[in-house]
Amino acid sequence: MGKLNKYILYTAGPVISIILSLAIGGVLIVLIGQNPIEIYLKLFGETLGNTYGIGQVLFKATPLILTGLSVAFAFRAGLFNIGAEGQLTIGAFASAWVGFTFVSLPWIILIPLCVLAGFLAGAFWAGIAGYLKARFGSHEVINTIMLNFIALAVVSYLVNNIYLVPATIHTPEISPNAVLLRFDVITGLFKGSPFNLSFIIALAACFVMYFIIQKTPFGYRIKTLGYNANAAEYAKMNVKKLTVSAMAIAGGFAGLGGLNFVNGYKHYFELGFSENAGYVGIAVALIARNNPFAIIIVAVFFGILEYGGLTVNTLVPKEIVTILQGIIILMIITFTKIFDKKINIKKA
Amino acid sequence: MQELLTITFVLQTLRITIPYLLPSLGAVYSEKGGVVNIALEGILLSGAFAAAAGTYYSGNVLFGILCGVVAGILISLIHSIITITFKANQIVSGIALNIFAFGLTKFFCKILFGSSSNSERIPGLETLDLPFNPFLLICVLILAVTYFMIYKTKFGLRLRAVGENPEAADSLGINVSRVRYIGVIISGALGGLGGAWLAMDQHSFTDGMSAGRGYIALAAMIIGKWNPLGAAAACLLFGLAESFTLQFQDSGIPTQFIQVLPYVLTIIVLAGFIGKANPPAADGIPYEKKD
Repeated sequence: MGKLNKYILYTAGPVISIILSLAIGGVLIVLIGQNPIEIYLKLFGETLGNTYGIGQVLFKATPLILTGLSVAFAFRAGLFNIGAEGQLTIGAFASAWVGFTFVSLPWIILIPLCVLAGFLAGAFWAGIAGYLKARFGSHEVINTIMLNFIALAVVSYLVNNIYLVPATIHTPEISPNAVLLRFDVITGLFKGSPFNLSFIIALAACFVMYFIIQKTPFGYRIKTLGYNANAAEYAKMNVKKLTVSAMAIAGGFAGLGGLNFVNGYKHYFELGFSENAGYVGIAVALIARNNPFAIIIVAVFFGILEYGGLTVNTLVPKEIVTILQGIIILMIITFTKIFDKKINIKKA
Repeated sequence: MQELLTITFVLQTLRITIPYLLPSLGAVYSEKGGVVNIALEGILLSGAFAAAAGTYYSGNVLFGILCGVVAGILISLIHSIITITFKANQIVSGIALNIFAFGLTKFFCKILFGSSSNSERIPGLETLDLPFNPFLLICVLILAVTYFMIYKTKFGLRLRAVGENPEAADSLGINVSRVRYIGVIISGALGGLGGAWLAMDQHSFTDGMSAGRGYIALAAMIIGKWNPLGAAAACLLFGLAESFTLQFQDSGIPTQFIQVLPYVLTIIVLAGFIGKANPPAADGIPYEKKD
């Protein structure tokens, strides 16, 4: 079968899924007495029709790129990381903690330190699941789910019992030297939107993942493990060490996702900031088929939905986009199953 | 007085345990048949919303509870179609359904009650005018029935067979898909019932009111080693722990420490520190018929 044909079949699944999902969403919109075409036009028009909207979309897409990378990286090693949500939460808190603790450091040291803290905290959290898998063989899916809730409780304790600013629900503000500037401030573009420099970090992370997976011996071992764990074992690879490091790097990517909100937007940490970015990241990786560059496109699409919901909220409850997200994921896992079967049949 | 306090404590513990126990027993049905049902979180939530809406519009609590059960069945039916018929990934389907249910309940809450965060107040079980809490009785009955069904009936044998070794079950003429469907749908009904209890207990629906209970129910099932009695014991343990923190709120123990108990225990059990936890061998794996 031709390469082109294969790509058409690969993209057909997501495209059909999205169209069908919008149609189902349309039925819901009709049900409440609105015109779905008008709503969708408004949703896409107000998000992509002006630079403020585009800025908002890219702002929403930033953490999704990173959590998407996280899930994708683990997946390349044959590991299913449901824990991006927890890794993101821990990472975001770590970035904030460094930012409001070492206030006297100059930006050239403090910003890299915040980035490193986010990465390491996320890596540590995911590393636990990697270690449990390597040492005891316990399944990473359940453990990462459990770790999500533990992360939430740990951070909730830290925020509410130790670092709470009285009369607020957030931590102290980070030093001005830890702030990742908004593009608005730097360039005057995307006026008023919170779109900030952490987007560059997210893009860089995509290149890093591409480089690790495609260009390094370590990446080769990761892929081998993902394709066939037995083969990796036979080739005398240290599967346990690979498992832990693959999970840790995956967690590190997710841990960087907090920079967008903490260092780029609000300048403090607050519970509930993630808006499920960790879980949506699973969908992003899945649709992008774990390709780091496709992840950017898919994350932007989900960013459109997330910000788009707010633009139509006066006519249709903004939860319509949450519903759409759910339906799109369901459709995509179903249709990729169907189309992959077609691809395999044609191959054979 | 002392005694009254104790009875209050026991009742409070049981009240907290109900919304863990029902979905947890549901999870046993689903997973014994080989289907992981993370959608229980969304099933609880949908059950709670449907029960609140049903009760509000009919004024009848029993009708409301029925609505909750039906909503749970509908969500579990979607999960079955996607994971059993189309053999898509069970974990992702579950997570997507949870996102879907979270959005859907808020959406209709806004449409029906004018607020996406809570419904109007609804009448509760007190309108039934019973001398006892009917849900407690139902829970005990369902626990007994579940144990009997799974270990003593032909259906239970089949359910365990398709969860342990679907190829062998298939070769013996058991319809693997049908048995798995039944398992998942029962889990949806029980999860929906658990959600209905949440709405009845609180006399309203609030957004996200399942608050992770679906996941805790799964954790309890794992800690109980996929056995209904074990799952029930774990649920009761979590209920006790939570009840204690409510009772001794100024004891100085941060509530978060109690909150993480189910999750930490699950990890410990999975690591094999408390005996071996053996899930059904084909749990989580779609059955692809070999031609």
